[in-house]
Order: sequence, then C-alpha cells, then structure tokens
Amino acid sequence: MTQPGTETYPLRVAIIGSGPAAFYAADHLLKQPGLVVNVDMFDRLPTPYGLVRAGVAPDHQKIKSVTKIFDHVAANPCFRFFGLVEYGKDISLDDLEQHYHQILFATGAQTDRRMGIPGEDLIGSHAATSFVAWYNGHPDFRDYEFDLTQERVAVVGVGNVAMDVARILSLTPAELAATDIADYALEALSKSRVKEVYLLGRRGPAQAAFTNPEIKELGDLAGAEVHILPEEAELDPLSKADLEASKDRTTIKKVEIIQSYAHEKPRTKPRTLYLRFLVSPVELIGNAAGHVTALRLVKNVLYATEAGTLSPKPTDHFEELPVGMVFRSVGYRGVALPGIPFNERWGVILNQKGRVLDPDTQQPLTGIYTSGWIKRGPSGVIGTNKPDSVETVACMLEDLAQGAYIHTAQHPEDRIEQLVRTRQPHYVSYADWKQLDAAELSQGQVQGRPRVKYTSVAEMLKALGR
Amino acid sequence: MKLQTILATKGTKVFTIRPEQQVKEAINMLVEHNIGALVVVDEDSRPIGIISERDVIHVAAHNDKVLAQMIGEVMTKKLITCTAHDDIHAVAQTMTDRRIRHLPIVEDGKLVGILSIGDVVKAQLQEYQGTIHNLQTQAQADPDK
Repeated sequence: MTQPGTETYPLRVAIIGSGPAAFYAADHLLKQPGLVVNVDMFDRLPTPYGLVRAGVAPDHQKIKSVTKIFDHVAANPCFRFFGLVEYGKDISLDDLEQHYHQILFATGAQTDRRMGIPGEDLIGSHAATSFVAWYNGHPDFRDYEFDLTQERVAVVGVGNVAMDVARILSLTPAELAATDIADYALEALSKSRVKEVYLLGRRGPAQAAFTNPEIKELGDLAGAEVHILPEEAELDPLSKADLEASKDRTTIKKVEIIQSYAHEKPRTKPRTLYLRFLVSPVELIGNAAGHVTALRLVKNVLYATEAGTLSPKPTDHFEELPVGMVFRSVGYRGVALPGIPFNERWGVILNQKGRVLDPDTQQPLTGIYTSGWIKRGPSGVIGTNKPDSVETVACMLEDLAQGAYIHTAQHPEDRIEQLVRTRQPHYVSYADWKQLDAAELSQGQVQGRPRVKYTSVAEMLKALGR
Repeated sequence: MKLQTILATKGTKVFTIRPEQQVKEAINMLVEHNIGALVVVDEDSRPIGIISERDVIHVAAHNDKVLAQMIGEVMTKKLITCTAHDDIHAVAQTMTDRRIRHLPIVEDGKLVGILSIGDVVKAQLQEYQGTIHNLQTQAQADPDK
C-alpha cells in the first residue's frame, strides 16, 4: 500500500478536542511541506477553542485574541470541525481507527483536584473550575448556583484560576458589563453581596504561582482594595537567601508588588481582597444545615527539600476564618477516555513525548497520540501548548515515515461525515460555528460588550435553525 | 512548574541496575536505551545509588579493568533524590550548583522516574517558548480589545 500523505491518498488525522493544543497540532500538521493531510477536529461542545472560551477570564479579552490563529488554521480547506460530537458517546475509538491513520487526543484537564480535608462537601464548598465554567457560559455549568448573598468568601490557592475567581468576585457591575461574561452570571454577580474575598496561599510571596501582571491588576480594581498582612508579606529567611542567590528579577518584582499592598491605607472601596500566605485549610466547618460557616487554617513554615524546593510544613498554630463560601483551586486533572491508557498517578494519558503507550509493554500504540494538558498535566500558559503539540506532531511524522500508522482501508469516498451525521444529526461545522460567532459578536456590539455568549446547546441549535 | 509535568510525558519505565552487576552491563544498558545514567536499587527496589557515564569515565581513567568491576564499587552512593512535587526552577538551580546531571524521582519511597538535566532544559525552553508565543499573539491583537 502506498504511504498516505499524497494528493491521491492524503493522510487522515482525527483530533479529539478543540482547545489550543488541538489547534496548534492541526496547524503544525497542515504546514508540513510536501505532506497532504486532512484534519478532522471533534469536540463534545458545539463551540471550539476549549479553555480559551470556557476558562480564560471574561475581562482578559486580549488573551482570547489567540482564536484568530485558530480561525486561520480552520480556514484551510483540508480542515473540518465536527462540534457536538462526543468521543466515547457519538464516536468510538473503533470508528476512528476505521477512518483515520492517526488519532490525537487533546481533551485537556477537565476536572479539579480535591483538597482531601473534612467538610469539603458542605453546601457552599465548590471547585473554582465550576465557577469559572459557570461565569464563562459553559453549557454544562449554566445551571449551577452560587450563593452570592454570602459576604465572606475564601479561594484556596494562588494560581491563575484562583486569581481569576477572586477578581471576578471583586469586579463592579460596570466592570463586569464590559466583558463577555455569561448574561446570567452578570446578573447574579451584579447583585452579589460579597464584601471580603480571601485568597489563601500555602507558601510565601516568593513562591506564589500568579504572574506579576495578575497581582498588579488587583491593585487597579475599581471596587476592591487589596490587603496583605505585613508579617505575611515579609520573606522568611530561606526565601530571602534563595532570592539573593538566584537574583530572579521576575520574583524580586513580584515580592515588591506584594509588599506594596502590605502598607495599611484607609479603606475607600466597598470590597476587600485579602491575600494570605503560609496558610493551608485543614477543615471546612459547617452549621446544622450543612452550610459552610468557616475554614480552619493551619499556619505553615517553609523548609527546603533535598532537591532545593521550598515546601510548606504545618505548624501547631491554627485559626478559624469565618466564610460562607469556599472555592478550591488546587489544580486540574485529566479524565480518562474510553479505550485510552491512563496514567492515574499524574492524571494524564499514558504517553512518551505524546505517543500513547500500551500499559503492559510500555510500547507505543500505533497511530494514537496526545498533546496539551491531557498529555503533560495542567501547566504553562496557552502558548506552552504550541511547543508541546509540535513535539507530538514530530513523533507522528517520524512514525508515519516508518510506516507505523493505522492501516485503515482506503475509502473511495470520505465516509466520516456520513457516519457523524448518523450518530449526531445536529453536528456543528466550522461554518456553523462562525455563524454563531457572528451572532454573538453582533449581539455584543448592540450592548457595547465584546460578545454575548450562547450558553446552551439548545439556544445554539435554534440560532442555526435546527 | 512541577516535576510531574516532565514525568507525565516520559512513560513509567525507569531503567535500574543492581549493585552486584558488572559495569559492562551498565554500559550496555546505557547504550541500548540511549540514556546517561541508571538508578542502582536494592532487593526491595529502593534506590541506593546512581551510576552515570561520568562515574564510569572517572574510574576508567585510572583503572583498565573497570568493565569487570561491580556497580556497587563504582556508583555514586551519596544519592540526592527529588519528588514529583519539586519545582523545576529550584531543581534546575540545585543541579547546576551541585553539578548533577541526573536525579532519581521518588514517591512514597518508590522510584517513579529519573530526571536528566536535558529534561529540565527542555521543560524550561518550552515554558519560555510558550510565554514568547503568548506575548507575540497579544502584541499583534487589536489594541482596542
């Protein structure tokens, strides 16, 4: 059989997921000189872009401009999008293996890590990711309810998701109205009675995961003041020595910004954002009705591990922080996919440089690949997925050259569309998505907002005249 | 970034050797698998040392019979380990300062992987490339948005 990749016999690749890793992989494949490749991208939602649509905060529109790159990829005539087609439900591995030479899974890290402490399931205790998906109009989360009558809220973690949640809780209705936040969330947050938001970091200022722009922008909020305890803004001796040795300018600047918030100043804004360091929650305390009423915290100190990391160690000093709602943001985790080997320890697909491995032999499974967060775990920024996907595609091309691909039958005609139509008659093409996109943008223009999102699949299908 | 990001794309196989095996066997394994070091483990699979290309060269410089020697005589016994929760930047600093090229990764007393300086450089490079790509994308974005 001739090797796929020619005009008469194009290489057929299926990509599951349509977030940044999926698009960067498609882009790199389609750019290969001398290789004719047809890329079909599947997503369980009718809309593409993954976390760029459902994760990136609505007040960070500039970050979302990366979708222009994705649209450019999708404009390639060798690219197709099948939205509202779920792997494992509408389409199986067996189906894919009958139609594609290579299959790439880029489904991201869809679930959150739990804290593993008592009281985590009390009413009012949520995964920060659920709140993020809710305010971003993810169809699966639009019916979630968050009790915004609570005046005091804790966010556990100081990574970018935690920062987003704390900031969204602190924005004024006018600030929120300038974003593409989901309409229902805009309404609910406009009536919010939240007065105090506590961001809790288990390590010190020098180890905080947020970026400098993220911490800096908290100081520019119209309706909220940042407050940090002076003693918690001070560096411990280990961090100080570490920073003096590394002279890491980014971290030095970060510590400076943090310390600038530690000076007591008169409160003039209605909300306060408290940034706490060196504390870990040990228990969520509830009332008789099962609602969260407080968070029990332990004070930490830092110690250096053998390899040099400054890690937190609990002391015997505890405190109770009265809060009516808690968002945990201590990490994401991938979800295992039907038929695809999973590495439970790291919460990713079992892989080596993006080649999916057989768990018994540790040898690559022919034609099966992965990229993005489901490959390496939740780390880095959107752009990190580019080198990550390039690495996977390099493996795909290397294997193709070696003849290691799925030797699917040479179909005289492309039968995948026919199959998808049978399984999901309402599947959404990229042209359909661009129609929805245009409608969202034009609705946004009317309201002076970047866009007004459709937040249910039914609404989207209705807009498409289905 | 934590080391588990690196481990996640390295499969789960870690090449190990026993202290009573010969240096020749270690060299064969290093060449066969195209790696730079092997973790030396005891009968309970606990890491007790590491043998690298450099360990072998150091001994070979003044001992022609190195190939027949036992791993236990040649290996680096003062083993520094790390965990998947260690920070990449902190580990990179430690590896540079102490001139270490390979670190065994241990979880709950069990060997779960080995980190090479190449892995660290690759991860840091990806991180920087990602940040640059993000900045480029945003710089090219419509300034009004």
